[in-house]
Amino acid sequence: MILIYLIVILLAGAFLAWITGKRNSALPRIISLVALLSDLIIIIIYVLQSTPSDKDWLIDIKLEWIPQFGISLHLALDGLSLVMLILTFFLGIISVIISWKEIGSKVGFFHFNLLLILAGITGVFLSLDLFLFYFFWELMLVPMYFLIGIWGHENRTAASNKFFLYTQASGLLMFIAIITLYFIHGRSTGLYTFDYLQLLGTEMPSSTAFLIMLGFLAAFLVKLPVVPLHNWLPDAHTEAPTAGSLILAALLLKTGAYGLLRFIVPLFPSASVSFAPFGMLLGVIGILYGAKLAFAQTDLKRLVAYTSVSHMGFVILGVFSFNEIAYQGVVIQMIAHGISTGALFILVGQLYERIHTRDITKMGGLWEKAPVMGAIGLVFSMASLGLPGLGNFIAELLILIGAFKANILMSCLASLGLIAATIYSLRIVQKVFLGNKNTDWKMNDLTLREKAISASLVIAILWLGLFPQPVLNTAKPALLKTLLKQKEITFQNSAYNSGDPFLFLLPPSQPSPTGEGVVQNLFPLGGNKKGGKNHEDEIFSLSNIR
Amino acid sequence: MTTIIALIPAIPFLSFLILALFGHKLSRKIAGFIGAGSIGIIAVLTFILAISFFKSLPEVKSYSINVWEWINAGNLKVDISFSLDSLSLVFCFVITFVGFLIHLYSIEFMAKDEGFTRFFAYMNLFIGSMLVLVLADNILLMYLGWEGVGLCSYLLIGFWYKEPQNGYAARKAFIITRIGDTAMIIGIFILFLNFGTVNINELMQQASAKWVPGSSIAVLTAALLLGGALGKSAQLPLQTWLPDAMAGPSPVSALIHAATMVTAGVYLIARTHVLFSLAPVVQSAIAIIGALTLLIAGFSALAQHDLKRILAYSTISQIGYMFLALGVGAWSAAVFHFMIHAFFKALLFLGAGVVILVLDEEHDIFKMGGLRKKMPVVFYTFLIGSASLSALPLITAGFYSKDQILWYSFSSQTGSIILWLAGIIGALLTALYSFRMIFVTFYGEAKTQPSFLPGKLMTVPLIILAVLSLVGGFVELPSSIGNIHLFSNLVDNTLPVIVVNNGEGRELLFQALSAIIVLAGIYIAYLIYYKKPALSSPYSHSRINKFFEKGWGFDKLYDTLLVKPIVWLSVIDKDDFFDLWNIGLSRLVLLFNRMLSTTQNGKMRWYLLSFVIGITIILTYLLSK
Repeated sequence: MILIYLIVILLAGAFLAWITGKRNSALPRIISLVALLSDLIIIIIYVLQSTPSDKDWLIDIKLEWIPQFGISLHLALDGLSLVMLILTFFLGIISVIISWKEIGSKVGFFHFNLLLILAGITGVFLSLDLFLFYFFWELMLVPMYFLIGIWGHENRTAASNKFFLYTQASGLLMFIAIITLYFIHGRSTGLYTFDYLQLLGTEMPSSTAFLIMLGFLAAFLVKLPVVPLHNWLPDAHTEAPTAGSLILAALLLKTGAYGLLRFIVPLFPSASVSFAPFGMLLGVIGILYGAKLAFAQTDLKRLVAYTSVSHMGFVILGVFSFNEIAYQGVVIQMIAHGISTGALFILVGQLYERIHTRDITKMGGLWEKAPVMGAIGLVFSMASLGLPGLGNFIAELLILIGAFKANILMSCLASLGLIAATIYSLRIVQKVFLGNKNTDWKMNDLTLREKAISASLVIAILWLGLFPQPVLNTAKPALLKTLLKQKEITFQNSAYNSGDPFLFLLPPSQPSPTGEGVVQNLFPLGGNKKGGKNHEDEIFSLSNIR
Repeated sequence: MTTIIALIPAIPFLSFLILALFGHKLSRKIAGFIGAGSIGIIAVLTFILAISFFKSLPEVKSYSINVWEWINAGNLKVDISFSLDSLSLVFCFVITFVGFLIHLYSIEFMAKDEGFTRFFAYMNLFIGSMLVLVLADNILLMYLGWEGVGLCSYLLIGFWYKEPQNGYAARKAFIITRIGDTAMIIGIFILFLNFGTVNINELMQQASAKWVPGSSIAVLTAALLLGGALGKSAQLPLQTWLPDAMAGPSPVSALIHAATMVTAGVYLIARTHVLFSLAPVVQSAIAIIGALTLLIAGFSALAQHDLKRILAYSTISQIGYMFLALGVGAWSAAVFHFMIHAFFKALLFLGAGVVILVLDEEHDIFKMGGLRKKMPVVFYTFLIGSASLSALPLITAGFYSKDQILWYSFSSQTGSIILWLAGIIGALLTALYSFRMIFVTFYGEAKTQPSFLPGKLMTVPLIILAVLSLVGGFVELPSSIGNIHLFSNLVDNTLPVIVVNNGEGRELLFQALSAIIVLAGIYIAYLIYYKKPALSSPYSHSRINKFFEKGWGFDKLYDTLLVKPIVWLSVIDKDDFFDLWNIGLSRLVLLFNRMLSTTQNGKMRWYLLSFVIGITIILTYLLSK
């Protein structure tokens, strides 16, 4: 039952905030805070109480909703959703606190929207009924449209429209895909249902499966986002109020990543494998192109927005690598990116509150005025470039290793992203905090409230970088479950991802019968002939690792 | 005893945290005390550890301790765990001991700087990371330290952040080393995916058991790791960041860009020497890169005017010697030269720091002069440092360490006369530029007056380092003179012993040759920079000298090949050309909108006309059928 409580608390809080907000501007903030805190406490108590079990779902609850159409209120929790929920509530609380001063108008309605989005996100992370999932998916959208359109910066209308059109159009494609899947399953089994667990393993021609998968992919890839479907993101992030940017970057994007893991891979095991080379390529393009654009920006918020495109490229690269290490990396990346990019958006918000500009050509030398802010900026810029010891490093490391198993070339290209990230991250630090003072701003350093927020985020990213194991352990069973379903099919009909990282070095046919390494011919740097056989064995024994 | 191994890196991290979090509340005295004191403590701990280590030799060759499980995902298991063997002990000793002296010196050097506590916080963070690098027992933890020192190097090069060019130098250092690091991490992926472990010892054992010498995979992996080493150690072709890194305060140059961090590449190669032995091609490449780098940097050092840049190029050149040694398999010689180099180069940088400080930030040696009488302590210690750097025969430590490399570059199995020749020309260059520094800076007429004289906190570390630069060499004397092998016996517990192939018994001849070359170099320097300066002026104004001064045009090359295209790309596509889709689409919609709305203009005659036209068309169509 607690899964329903989690959502109901947020919904009730949303309406309460709206009602009370008409008279009092402090009440909505407190109500939102209480609602989110109680959700966080509920989930933490649950974590502390629960005993490790081998069950597929830690909690699984199914109530009838519209039985005529096979629609049910099916919510379930596993390690993956658990981790995502904790992130949602933690960052939800932070987004309420950062809006404490920033939002002054229509406070009640603001928090109504905020909580509604968070309720939608919570629902997305928990739904096991595709109809319900789509319902929550749309629930995130409308309030976010208002959040950007009402409390945003100067170009908010255009940005919110763009956001709405992109997500709505792609969402509809997903809806068509859901309906199609519903009918295909109904026709073949006689059981018309939207239930995820029933729909798993629906038999259909591979071309059909591929088309339906594309419908789902449209929604998830727009949300993630993937180049070239990313154009809504920089506008929406730039124009949204700080809390909006935080939720967009840290949580909303993650629903796309979550969708890939929860729906694409298990529902379309073989279709997703045939899409994998494109998926990985899209990831690499996203990593490099996003980084390149980030480097070019002068609007700090837009710069950070493009870094999200780059970092989300790692997610899709990992998802389509189909192995445990990469998937663990994806989970850590979702959290680490949520924290680090969220923190950077908060920093931009704090700067904007003080100097009323986001233009980095007007900043510079701010370290002198605000050393604490500078230090925080430094930490999260380092997180963004993947410095070991911070969470993002673990994520990128695991994803790159996983991707290396699947496709060496893509992984190596993606590694170039580490250099690109260094270039744009150092640019942030330099242009904002170091160097000449371009304008002599009168500004104070962080207040106690702001310090507390930043400190909690710094601790979180450090903890994730040094002690990632609790998160890895929590998500592991869910990821293995996803992979298992995928693997059963993959290994029968595909040589792809045989676990041999040197696949691309070898010709498609079997190695030459003499046992002389083909790899050696590619790199004729004085190979030792008599030992060629051993070497060959070594390369091919790699598949045992998996 | 093993807990000490974990304490050694932990203490500087702790003092970093204290300084970073509460630094603004501490007085300078206390901040300096914490910053330098923590390093003093670990220097003592290292000493205690070393004693117990020596006692347990040769039965126990390494200590190790597991602190916590870092990552466990799939078959990737990485622990935060440290291990100490004779190789890491040597590095630890240099890091903590020389590090402590430099910290002491910094208390006085930075006394008037507004970023005093920030400086010590960064320095402590650096020492902690560097110790993680050398103590890590797995390659990923080593990578953590590796990147950590890169960060500190960035922070400390750009320490005086108000000058944009310092920030530029800092970013250049970070980005160039990151390029090497990325190659290295790909190498780490290959190692892990082949052997299913990241523990360095296990990796090396498995590599030697399973990989065939000369096989392409071994070559590829070794080459990728070498990429990381080249970046960190500023070797060809990734050397361009180090001269600019001199933008940082002098103690930083002494600690990071002379004694410790830049030799991380040497450590990496020595640590993974098995891999390089499996890839003879790469190992020869190391020797060639080392030889080329030491020559290129030597010529550049001779052309510089900035005292610190001379030392920077000299550092690149001396690390070139270490690479040369690694390349010919003279492992212990490379490590020995690392240690001695740390002594004399730290000494020289600290001495240069004093000179620059008392002359109010004057860097140009040709504007100095005559400091010999005014600052005798600095002069004599600097002289000892320069003598050791130029390998003045018999009395300096530099002679014993460099001579070993020169000898092995000829006599080792993979050595050759060409490598030796490069080394000996380098030795001549070294003597030339070292004594050019001495004669121009300390002799002749005084062009700038020192504004004050250095205090005890600065001079005492200089004296200690000067003593070490002289006597440090006596722990390892060549078999032809003295025949003491304390150092190589220690290091050979970890690293393989070199195999000497050619020139058995001719060692003394080679030593005599190099001694003559060095003395000749010093004499030429005396002649053209002191006695008859006119002799050197045609050269110093020549175009080739300008070319050397600019670092052989590498900066310009990279600027044209890499920086400019990337900047160009980002400038032309700042607004993301994918967005044109959306703009085009919205324009199209607007166009339709305008076309349709013009039909709705509310004028009756337009509506009537369109009725008539429509009816005519329909009727024509119907009737014509």
